[in-house]
Amino acid sequence: MRKEGNSVKIIVCVKQVPDTAATMTVDNGAISWGDAPLIINPWDEFAVEAALKLATEQGGEVIALCLGKEGETEAIKHALAMGADSAVMVSDPALKGADNVAASKVLAAAIQKIGDTDLVLFGQQSVDTDTGLLPVQTARLLKWPSLTLVSKFESVNPEDGKIRVLRSMEEAGQVVDSALPAVVSVTKDYGDPRYPSFMGIRKASKAEFPTWSLADLGIDTPASSISWPDVAETVQKEIVTEIIEGETPDQKAKSLVEKLIAEKVL
Amino acid sequence: MTKKMLAYIDHFHGKAQPSSWEGLGLAAEISKDLGGETVALVLGDSVNELANIAFHYGADQVLLADNPILKDFRPEPLADMIVQAAREYQPDLIIFPTTSRGRTLAGMVAVDLDSGVMVDVIALDWAGGEITATRPIYGGKLLAKLTCSTTPQIITLRTRAFDKPVPDPSRSGSVTTLDVGIDPAGVATSIASHEEKDGGVSLNDASVIVSGGRGVALNPALEPPGDLDEEAAEIWKAEQGFALVQGLADVLGAAVGASRAAVDAKYIEYDHQVGQTGKVVSPDLYFACGVSGAIQHLAGMRSSKVIVAINKDPDAPIFNFARFGLVGDMHTILPPLTEALREYLAG
Repeated sequence: MRKEGNSVKIIVCVKQVPDTAATMTVDNGAISWGDAPLIINPWDEFAVEAALKLATEQGGEVIALCLGKEGETEAIKHALAMGADSAVMVSDPALKGADNVAASKVLAAAIQKIGDTDLVLFGQQSVDTDTGLLPVQTARLLKWPSLTLVSKFESVNPEDGKIRVLRSMEEAGQVVDSALPAVVSVTKDYGDPRYPSFMGIRKASKAEFPTWSLADLGIDTPASSISWPDVAETVQKEIVTEIIEGETPDQKAKSLVEKLIAEKVL
Repeated sequence: MTKKMLAYIDHFHGKAQPSSWEGLGLAAEISKDLGGETVALVLGDSVNELANIAFHYGADQVLLADNPILKDFRPEPLADMIVQAAREYQPDLIIFPTTSRGRTLAGMVAVDLDSGVMVDVIALDWAGGEITATRPIYGGKLLAKLTCSTTPQIITLRTRAFDKPVPDPSRSGSVTTLDVGIDPAGVATSIASHEEKDGGVSLNDASVIVSGGRGVALNPALEPPGDLDEEAAEIWKAEQGFALVQGLADVLGAAVGASRAAVDAKYIEYDHQVGQTGKVVSPDLYFACGVSGAIQHLAGMRSSKVIVAINKDPDAPIFNFARFGLVGDMHTILPPLTEALREYLAG
């Protein structure tokens, strides 16, 4: 179907993760978060928000795409409850242990199967493995521009195939003009994500969406280079906390300065 | 066979990110141990001086592409050049700093070179030539050891996790110029303009950080101007609190940080957020003022060498991670603390 005017077709990639407040443990090499709730990766909420706002402003559709194990549907359901029009899950037992390059090959294949896309949005990274590689690797495979750490969409113009965004770097912001289609990772600076409405949650709970396997995507199991021979709980270094005493704030301040001098950190 | 270590020098318009030198220092250390060669990769426009500095920080050789097309940070042409350098030079290991640009470029070149990236590495083991990287995952709650089965192995180093080498201005070496065959018409992006940042000390590589939390807005002694509504009054109070944080930071030449709670309450811009969904920092000295120490925040700062906690709640979790704790109101403690430090530093 030919799209109308400047309407945008946006795929937003989301991931299910354990709640950031979860206590993480490792038992015999297996990572566990106990009975902590599973949530949409918090960074992805900003990407979903950006996608929904763009589609509302200029017409279009938002498709949530999630790569995960069978049943890892919390992120998709949250995106649908926020207002995404449809969703696709990609899951295959052969992807166990896939590294980022392998995962991005699967995502790129899914994006091509969905087809006719103007923009692919990602959160800037996921709070579990924190690599932040998928947006740029997926873009590289698709041969589309990578626009990372975007906080503002100045203009999105699918008719002319152009986009202007504000990216963030350590030293400065960068206003970038780029061709479409493009892959964008969205930062928290974009603005607060909406809460799913009651109606949205109800709709999401009943929504049906396809689950694609590697065979559905027409690709073989991609090779992985990176493996994780060992994972362990972080051992907190032994800290002896010294409470600084003093009758007045002034005395406490002076006492702290003396301690810091003795600790050789000034 | 000689091992070849390639360190990518990340910079903005010729000014290097200090963590680039940490990567080059690590490359030199590995080369020394394994009998290898240390090569710096410098890409940009008018970056000859960076090539010279790279020798001071330990490079034996510099691969240089100096061309206007590489002036601004545009990932695609830069990644193409790194891939070209890697194909010509055949390194065993490529090291990037985990900066915004370093992470992006590392990810892209891994795709082209059919390899993988070990991101945000905090420790590296190369005994017997086998590289094993350690990196925090799940907000630092777990540590994973990673290996890469393909060549080149690619890593990005967490800022300040590895020592910055002491520069030796007498060192020099050979510069190899790379051909730049990029077709300008084939680059899909252009940079329209840059937006300056507020000019304060950058959190990323700060050696001292002073952070404020929700407590910045809780000064009982302050009376906001009467014409403000409740929300505006809270923001006004927070601004006064952050002025105290800034005052201490100024005396120490420190960066200003903030907890997620303070950012979400709109007390300060997101650029200052330290934590799992903000910046991960590891300064020598970290002041947490009015910060409770939620797990979110700890994920971003608990690798700091010395943590000072100032909080009026003696049960705040932040005290469990602090070397020094001051139980009290930050609003009454920060002014005399700032003054005492100013006097000490003035000698």
